[in-house]
Amino acid sequence: MNPNYLDFEQPIAELEVKIEELQLVGSDADINISEEIRTLREKSARLTEKIFTNLSAWDTVKVARHPQRPYTLDYLPRVFTDFDELHGDRHFGDDHAIVGGIARLRGRPVMVIGQEKGRAVRDKVMRNFGMPKPEGYRKALRLMQMAERFKMPVITLIDTPGAYPGIDSEERGISEAIAQNLAAMSRLATPVVCVVIGEGSSGGALGIGVGDHLVMLQYATYFVISPEGCANIIWKSTANAPDAAAAMGVTSSVLQELGIIDATIPEPMGGAHRDVDLMAERIQAHLVGQLERLEQIPLEEMLEQRYQRLMSYGN
Amino acid sequence: MSWIDRILPSGVRKETGERRSTVPEGLWKKCVKCDAVLYRPDVENNDDVCPKCDHHMRISARRRLAIFLDAEGREEILADIEPIDRLKFRDKKRYRDRISAAQKATGEKDALVAMRGNLQGLPVVCVAFEFAFHGGSMGYAVGEKFTRAAQLALRERIPMVCFSASGGARMQEALISLMQMAKTSAVIERMKVAGVPYVSVMTDPIYGGVSASLALLGDINVAEPDARAGFAGPNIIEQTIRQKLPKGFQRSEFLLEHGAIDMIVHRNDMRDTLARLLSKLTNFDLVADPEAEIDDEKEPVEFIPDEQDD
Repeated sequence: MNPNYLDFEQPIAELEVKIEELQLVGSDADINISEEIRTLREKSARLTEKIFTNLSAWDTVKVARHPQRPYTLDYLPRVFTDFDELHGDRHFGDDHAIVGGIARLRGRPVMVIGQEKGRAVRDKVMRNFGMPKPEGYRKALRLMQMAERFKMPVITLIDTPGAYPGIDSEERGISEAIAQNLAAMSRLATPVVCVVIGEGSSGGALGIGVGDHLVMLQYATYFVISPEGCANIIWKSTANAPDAAAAMGVTSSVLQELGIIDATIPEPMGGAHRDVDLMAERIQAHLVGQLERLEQIPLEEMLEQRYQRLMSYGN
Repeated sequence: MSWIDRILPSGVRKETGERRSTVPEGLWKKCVKCDAVLYRPDVENNDDVCPKCDHHMRISARRRLAIFLDAEGREEILADIEPIDRLKFRDKKRYRDRISAAQKATGEKDALVAMRGNLQGLPVVCVAFEFAFHGGSMGYAVGEKFTRAAQLALRERIPMVCFSASGGARMQEALISLMQMAKTSAVIERMKVAGVPYVSVMTDPIYGGVSASLALLGDINVAEPDARAGFAGPNIIEQTIRQKLPKGFQRSEFLLEHGAIDMIVHRNDMRDTLARLLSKLTNFDLVADPEAEIDDEKEPVEFIPDEQDD
């Protein structure tokens, strides 16, 4: 099994191996071989399209957690320019699971706050696998309030397996830190756009996820409890995670239908990791469009709309 | 459910369900903590606190409101809010059936009961979680009722008190449940801006989404003694960090020590303490009243940070 492909993608992986082999053989410019490569490429594209148009909820969870899935730090230099990272919550420490700072979005200053899982092993440990502690949420809040003072829109990138469940997290008040963010973000006097780029897991995701516009990447997922956690409670076994994922409706298509999210950004065929630049371009275009729309609305009206939107959840 | 229940028509089965829910009214009650066999009237006269070991027993939402609010003039509000199964959630059972079962067992429509009434004469809006209903979990109905109760408190500028007991957000309503965290937090923020007091009383147990929203956003956060409260459940934490948790972890005393709550209040003292606190907080609203003698009511000031800074 090719580790760069998920289980349901293995037929694509096999085709890609064939293409690669043919490319090696075909260095002597044999016309038949290049023809064959072209056919295989087309076949691979068709297969990818077929597989990805029928993704189950659980398959989507796997794409959202794909080891090559682009993270916040992959998007930062592609979507924004001129990023300066700002550190620390001013009370306890700096949480590397949340990255924040000032950048420009097509020239306009913005505050960017994103959860970062980390790529290499050492990096993952440093980032705590993208599981923020209270100081992460408090840093985010500090930066959001700074954005409010300097009239910068806030853009959050959500990608976390959840807030960190540990002794220190509880000691320093992880619940309170998340709750304060929910309350503060509900009336932060600047446009707030939240993008779920990968895995949006529960309160840990929502802690930087309240704003004027909530959008998901096509194969991102957003859930109140991980499918494994849900399966463990209901079926007493994580083997039922696919059932739990389907029952909870964790995908962008279901959540948009339910009216929970406002929009979905289509991903490149086969997922964001197949073409990070294209994905970043689409995110950038979407953000620019939304900020232009939000800046047309008088501030008080925007805040009232945000509040009414929150009040309407579930109605 | 036995095989005979399964084949019975639903009308007949309903009866047995109701009978099962009624706890037999014996004269004796056993304390789950110290195993003492207690004379039931003694327990009831003591607000369902064990007279031997002081264990605060779990009580229903209605019992909670009955022992907290003045007997005079309390009325239930927002009783018509019902849960909605928007996802048509189905696991081993349908969520709809789970709701009906919980409704029959508890007599409540969902896990939150709201009342308006008085606390030693002071008008308040008060909500209490029904833990027996789906572990007090918060879905649409709980979030909506809490929010509308808060909006009533805002409109009438009267304090709101919430007694929470909850396992967290309700899985079966998925993201709709999660968004109730944002919704309830937003309305609490409006109360905060408007200067309408909100007191959160945490009772055993409080976890997950309820802990990370309405339970920790009080102007004053209170907990009953020895209540368990935290974001992640102890099992999850133990699995994550692979070590045993310290004694008293996530108990009220732990929360007090780590600065998450203002005080631990014994159930017997709840009425008096909250009435005292709220009467002081609401006097701030009455400053314009020339007759008010708020100075007499003020607590002695122990620490003035400004002086230190200068």
